Parts: sequence; C-alpha cells; structure tokens
Amino acid sequence: MNHNDLSALAAARPDFAAIAAWIPEGASVLDLGCGDGSLLRYLKDARNIRGYGVEISDGNIEACILNGVNVIQGDLESGLSGFENNAFDYVILSQTLQATRHTEPLMQEMLRVGRAGIVSFPNFGYWKNRLNVLRGNMPVSKDLPYQWYDTPNVHLCTLHDFETFCFKYKMQILDRRVMTGDSNVQLLPNLLGSTAVYRFRRAV
Amino acid sequence: MAFLDDLLHGISIFYLESALSIKMRYCAIIAQIDFNHAMLNTPQSVGIVSAQLAQFDTPLQCKSGAILPRYELVYETYGTLNSDRSNAILVCHALSGHHHVAGYYADDAKNIGWWDTMIGPGKPIDTGKFFVIGLNNLGGCHGSTGPSSINPESGKPYGASFPVVTVEDWVESQARLADRLGIQQFAAILGGSLGGMQALQWSLSYPERVRHVLAIATAPHLTAENIAFNDVARNAILTDPDFYGGNFYEHGVVPRRGLRLARMLGHITYLSDDAMADKFGRTLRSGKLAYNYDIEFEIESYLRYQGDKFAAYFDANTYLLMTKALDYFDPARDYGGSLDRAFAAAKADFLVISFTTDWRFSPERSRAIVSALLHNHRNVSYAEISSAHGHDSFLMQHTHYHNVMRAYLDNIAREFSA
Repeated sequence: MNHNDLSALAAARPDFAAIAAWIPEGASVLDLGCGDGSLLRYLKDARNIRGYGVEISDGNIEACILNGVNVIQGDLESGLSGFENNAFDYVILSQTLQATRHTEPLMQEMLRVGRAGIVSFPNFGYWKNRLNVLRGNMPVSKDLPYQWYDTPNVHLCTLHDFETFCFKYKMQILDRRVMTGDSNVQLLPNLLGSTAVYRFRRAV
Repeated sequence: MAFLDDLLHGISIFYLESALSIKMRYCAIIAQIDFNHAMLNTPQSVGIVSAQLAQFDTPLQCKSGAILPRYELVYETYGTLNSDRSNAILVCHALSGHHHVAGYYADDAKNIGWWDTMIGPGKPIDTGKFFVIGLNNLGGCHGSTGPSSINPESGKPYGASFPVVTVEDWVESQARLADRLGIQQFAAILGGSLGGMQALQWSLSYPERVRHVLAIATAPHLTAENIAFNDVARNAILTDPDFYGGNFYEHGVVPRRGLRLARMLGHITYLSDDAMADKFGRTLRSGKLAYNYDIEFEIESYLRYQGDKFAAYFDANTYLLMTKALDYFDPARDYGGSLDRAFAAAKADFLVISFTTDWRFSPERSRAIVSALLHNHRNVSYAEISSAHGHDSFLMQHTHYHNVMRAYLDNIAREFSA
C-alpha cells in the first residue's frame, strides 16, 4: 500500500489513525471482527505490526486474504479459546463492541489474550442521537447507519456508560480520543463527540 | 433528375456500405477482444499430460530403520518452471491418490486428474503462474515403487517385505525429486487429508525449502477413533484368506473381499450423515422390502459399487501402508506431545482450511494446528468452509473454498512476479 492509499484510508476512517498513533512499531495485534482486514493492512503498512484478524463471515475471510492479512475464521461470541494468555501487545475491537452479545466476557477475554485493549464505538450520547430520541425516533446516521429493525447493534452505549463499565470491571483506561468526523473533540465529549476510541488495560 | 437520383442513391449506398464495413470490422475486433478476455479468465484444463519416471539409486533410510536401496517415483508436471525456479508447487496426495492430479491422457481422455477442478489455467492453482508437480508416493500402486513392484534383488514383488513408510519418509523422497528437478525452494506445498500431513511435515523437515504450506482437511495427528477406523479397515484385508500375509501376488489372487470392505468402511467416514441422507435417504432399489440379505437400500448398492470399483485397481498392501502412515503421523510425539514445540522449527506461512461437516478430520483438529502456529508467531490464515460433503469436501468444487484458495495463491504468485 502506498502513501496515498494510507492517507485515503486514514481520511475515510479517522479512528484508524487514532489507533495507529497508540501502537508502537512492530507490535503484535489481534483485531476482533476485523471485517475486510483494512485496519490490519493499515497497521501493517503504517506500523509494521505482526497482526491477525478474527472474522466470522465467509466474504470477509476472502477479503482479508486478498488484502494480504492473516485472518482466523471464528465466532467472537464463543470466546477466544484458541488464543493464549498475553499472546498480543494489543487486542482491538473496532466499531464492533456495540454489536457483541456477550460484551462483558468478551472484554475480559481481550485483556486475557492481550496486554492492552483498544475499543472504538459510536457514542450514543452524541447530541444528534439525543435529539433524535427526544424527537421520538431511533437515530440513523453515518455512525449508526441502521434502522431499529435491521440493526446488528444490541449494546449501544455512551462514553459515560463505557467508562462506568470499565471502572466496575476493573479495567484501567489509559487513553481516550473522541472525534466527530476527523476532528478531535475536547469540550463536552459525551455530548459533542460522535465516535470514541479507548486504550485500556487490566487495573492492577 | 433521374441521373441526379441515381448519383445520390449511389453515394448514399457507398456511405452505408463503408459505415457497415467499419462497424463490422469494429464488431469483429470487439468480439476478438471478448474472446481473448474469456480465454484468459475462463478456467481451463491443462490438457494432455503424461507421466514421467525418476529413478533414485541413493538408499533411503526409512524412519522404521528399514533401508530401501533404490526406488522409482512417477510424477507429472503442469505449467512452466520460471527462470529463477521460484514458482514450483508440490501437490501431495491422500490415501488413494496418485500423480495424475490434473489434465487427461492422449490415449485416455476420460482419465481426468483427481484435482482437475483446482488446477489448470485460470483455476485456483493457476498453471499460467505456477509450475505444479504431482507424484505418486513411495509405497503407492500407480507407478512409484511399492509393495506390488518387482524387487530387483529377488525378481518377485516386494509384498510384505516392502518397508512401512511414514509421512517423514515421503517428504524425504519428495525432497530428492525436488533436487532432481532443480527446485531448491517451493513457492507452496499443499494437500488435503494425508496430503496435508505431508505439507505440514515439509515445514518441519525442510523449513527453508517451502515458503507456503496449504494444509487442507487435515490433522496434527489422528484421534483414537480415527485409528480405530483404520484398524478395522486393515483387519478386513489382513483376515482375507487371499491375503497370504501380504504375498498374495505369488498365489495369483487379490484379497478383494478385504479391500472392498476396507473401502466401504472408509467411504462412509469420508461422507457426512446429511450428505448420505440427501443422496440416498432410505430409498429402496426395487421400491419394496424383500426381507432377505440382497442389496435393498440405495446406499448399500452405492457402497458395494464403490468397494468393487476400488478393489479392482488398488493394491491391498498399499492400502495397509497408507493407513499406517496416517496413524503414525504425530509431529508432537518427539516433543513430549507439545505441538507448539514441534512447530517451532517451521518458517513457512500457512493457510489452514477445514470443512464444517468433516467429522473424520474435524475443524477442531485444524484449529489445533492454527493454535500451534500462532504460538510460534507464524503467518497463518484459517478458513472453516461450510460444506455438506464431509471429508470429501476438499475434492469438491465449492465457490467460497476455491475463492479462498485462489486469493491466497494469487498473493503467492505476486511474490515472484513482482
């Protein structure tokens, strides 16, 4: 992938660049629900990582192999039993958290298999989402592109909800980046940010 | 005015014809382009192929301790070896396979290679890009030295005296064939089932000589249940009165009943319950119950037919030997049962593929391979293909399975064509 491809991908997925900024050169990375392998491809080119993806869909397995990234076919919901303790520097769950059913056990598995975790998700507390709900409708947007009846998202949360969750389950948040589009949000992030990326580890 | 009319008519016809002719030529060019395009993209047969024989006079020290002073290997090749000899693929065969992997013979057009759906121009293993080698393993009965071959020292078939060869021994003999063909390192070595075991063993015996291993519908070792099936099959042969302790050739007989039973049993385990129900169900051949022991159900008819067909051409000693090679394969054995430690030697990248309904070489067994490769930081991808056809799925045409193979192999081809 050349520099232009990298820039194009970073522009289309601002969370990719945010994630890459936290990952040191040559790190080992497991990407859960890796889709077509774009993030792994990006991190391989930008950070020279040793990466593996986990995917359930046949189409995405083909896409990952075409993308030249390692992919293991499997169901995240049945745990990560095929992976050893502390096998990876980072375990990533990119825009997938909200679609997992067994969210808490999966988060625990992430921190068993990886020394640190990275999660990105759409912030349900974003003001446009709140406005939609106030108007009496479920929000439909670029970050939440589904109707209530066809959405895979079963566990949507706000930044506040996620941070409470981490505290309750003894996960220490190391970093947070909140974005709307590709601009960083510092002020009132739970209201003004549409997407959040967190870096966390087991609290000691 | 009539003159003017004729002139105008003439001119218009001239223009019309010119336009037509240009259009027709244009159409012809387009058609040619379409045709070329189709030729390049439509999967084709490799066409007429022929087998070759390689003789080896350097003794082969088998894992069992036995020594084979000399032997022959029969093989076929498809495609062209490139100038730096970096595009070679070795296809390893399973229990009943052989060297005729793709294409057909000039004098026998119906004799199509056993993996012809996978190998050829435009197919997942594209012979326009790769130089593909298929061989008959040592101990086989399709032209390589095996129990039914004449032992030059005695002038009689080897029979029971042929050594019990292992997957490691095969890899050794295949490496010598590679030397003979001037191939120092394979772009990929692949196979299904017992063939997958050989591909895995290559990465351990000769880590520097293989860049990619494609291990399909295989296992890091057989389970007790799997060995049990093999033993029942062997017992069918060993207890056949026509077996004569493996030296039946001298008696002019073949342990046909035993071989037939062995194949019938094996065949059941290569299919899935659903596939059998789908294909045969409880259908009766004559439509009604006969209350005797003749063939009644379609499945009985099918299995007996498969058994008879197999017993007519396959060698009983080769069957015994192949099943033993399956049973013995266990790279973790020398490492206190640790597959993680066994794969520490591997340097290749891996693609591991299993099939959901394969209960003889289940997805769980493939995941054990993946786990050991992950432990050793190898590049590995794993696809679990939804297929109804059980263990035999690896030989079937299946769009997603073939797409996965094609995607992986195209990436390999980019390594040497870039």
